[in-house]
Amino acid sequence: MSGVEVQGIRKSFGGAPVLDDVAMRFAEGRFTSLLGPSGSGKTTLLRIIGGFEAPDAGTVTIGGADVTHTPLWKRRIGMVFQSYALFPHMSVADNVAYGLHRQGIRGAAARAEVARALALVELEGFDARRPKQLSGGQQQRVALARAIVTKPRVLLLDEPLSALDRRLRQTMQVELRRIQRDSGLTTIFVTHDQEEALTLSDRVAILDGGRIVQEGPPAEVYERPATRFAATFLGDANLFAGTVRDGAVATPSGPLRSEAPLPAEGAPATLAVRPEKVLPLPAGAAEPAGFNAVDATLRQTVYAGATSTLLLATRDGDPVKCFCQSRDAPALEPGAALRLAWSPTHTLVLGG
Amino acid sequence: MIWLGRAILALVLLFLYAPIAVMVLMGFNASDLYALPFVPTLHWFSELAGNDRLIAASRNSVLVALVTAVVATALGTLAALALSRRSFRGKSLLRLLLLPPIAIPWLITGTAMLVFFYWTGIGRGLHAMILGHVALAIPYVVLVVGTGLASLRADLEEAAMSLGATPFGAFRSVTLPLLAPSLVAAALFAFAVSLDQFVVSYFLAAPGVTTLPVEIYTSIRKGFTPEINAVSTILLGASVALFLVFAGLTRIGGERERR
Repeated sequence: MSGVEVQGIRKSFGGAPVLDDVAMRFAEGRFTSLLGPSGSGKTTLLRIIGGFEAPDAGTVTIGGADVTHTPLWKRRIGMVFQSYALFPHMSVADNVAYGLHRQGIRGAAARAEVARALALVELEGFDARRPKQLSGGQQQRVALARAIVTKPRVLLLDEPLSALDRRLRQTMQVELRRIQRDSGLTTIFVTHDQEEALTLSDRVAILDGGRIVQEGPPAEVYERPATRFAATFLGDANLFAGTVRDGAVATPSGPLRSEAPLPAEGAPATLAVRPEKVLPLPAGAAEPAGFNAVDATLRQTVYAGATSTLLLATRDGDPVKCFCQSRDAPALEPGAALRLAWSPTHTLVLGG
Repeated sequence: MIWLGRAILALVLLFLYAPIAVMVLMGFNASDLYALPFVPTLHWFSELAGNDRLIAASRNSVLVALVTAVVATALGTLAALALSRRSFRGKSLLRLLLLPPIAIPWLITGTAMLVFFYWTGIGRGLHAMILGHVALAIPYVVLVVGTGLASLRADLEEAAMSLGATPFGAFRSVTLPLLAPSLVAAALFAFAVSLDQFVVSYFLAAPGVTTLPVEIYTSIRKGFTPEINAVSTILLGASVALFLVFAGLTRIGGERERR
């Protein structure tokens, strides 16, 4: 009974609209990511749900109860800040016990809860340390323990992993997911890192310019982006613009087909294909039957260990990307001609 | 070139500290005419103990400085909190108005206060000096506490409130303890501003009710005695002690990292 729902949320700062009529349901016990570029309003939406900011219009409900006008300290939320915001003058144990003390839980009962929370984040034996004596990853765990020890109705995470280095971030992603599953907390996670959103979430909502442009399970949002923005922000996409003609889209690179429904005959349309769905074939080779194919020239090969990215250009000079395993990457010099092929199943029709 | 720099530095330090060293030494010298050879004595300190006017002035000085420190720190801290954490109409105007008193010559401030206090019937005396000193000390408090607040992230209080603390509770349990060194430093600063204050005190002193700097000045005009050296030595010792506490709290001149 602790799902979160926002309706008709509007907010502007100094006349500039930041959120424009946002509505969204965050199902109980689910991990939802708010993904968007900076300035998209994702942090503002999180802060409105938490009660750190008041919306100009709209309502926030937690567990069915309207909390729009409930002050922050009565909302029973857990928040992990980007900076962690640990109290520097308190020990780790006192930091974690802070919220328990506000609830009147003291003494042995509080100590037991603190010990349980620190065990959950695997920080046993760190009770007496000061935040300054901890590494970034450890501070992060203390912040998480402090936020969940009070048994909040919602856990809010504001880019908590962005200050960590790549390796630690990946470890913490796994940890975060485990802790969220164990605790069953409704969790809302703000990030600008698309990979992080895909890895962690049950659901992803993409924000752009103060609106939610698409929302759904990660695989669905990734495989079926609804707009050009969703396609290019969440992952990479090769775009082909053209006009609908005879059930295909006529583009400068030739007619391209999609299994998805196309706009009306003669209307403009934009097709997209993810770079990892594109097969690099030798020039002149026949593509698999029914596949879309375009001719392209290799500009550069970007080698990244396990994978390689081929940067190419179509006949018209439009850039095209192709991801492949380094094992399968053709050993070609820049300037070489290639034929790129992909299935109509993987060809997306974009609106917007 | 480096020897020239060192020579200039040596001269600067010499001109700063040599007169003070001479003054302190003469406070312990038997001759009342600064004559050498140096004959050590505590005569002038015992003489000072019998000088009721200097003792009364010292008591006034400490009283005024204590009251100034408490009142200026309380008011200045409230102003600093409002300036750093709230947005309100006239905020930049207030910030602008609070700082120039540091730059306005005390002679001008003192004259203006004298005229204003005469006009409004506040008059002269310890109460007038306290009012004047508080007004002079507040800008320093706002500066010191404001700097302390700037190093505290606002999200600490937000974190406390998200954990169930009321705004006042968050202030008391998080901001206040973290701000304590700045508050003590600001109070010491206000105390020192008041204790060393001569010009404004001189204008606002009532006949017979003076502070130490004013009394010293009056005594010097009547004729110099090494008692002045003795009382100056005590004042110097107290000021240096205060400064060391202040430096320790704010770590100015130190290389220890501050969060």
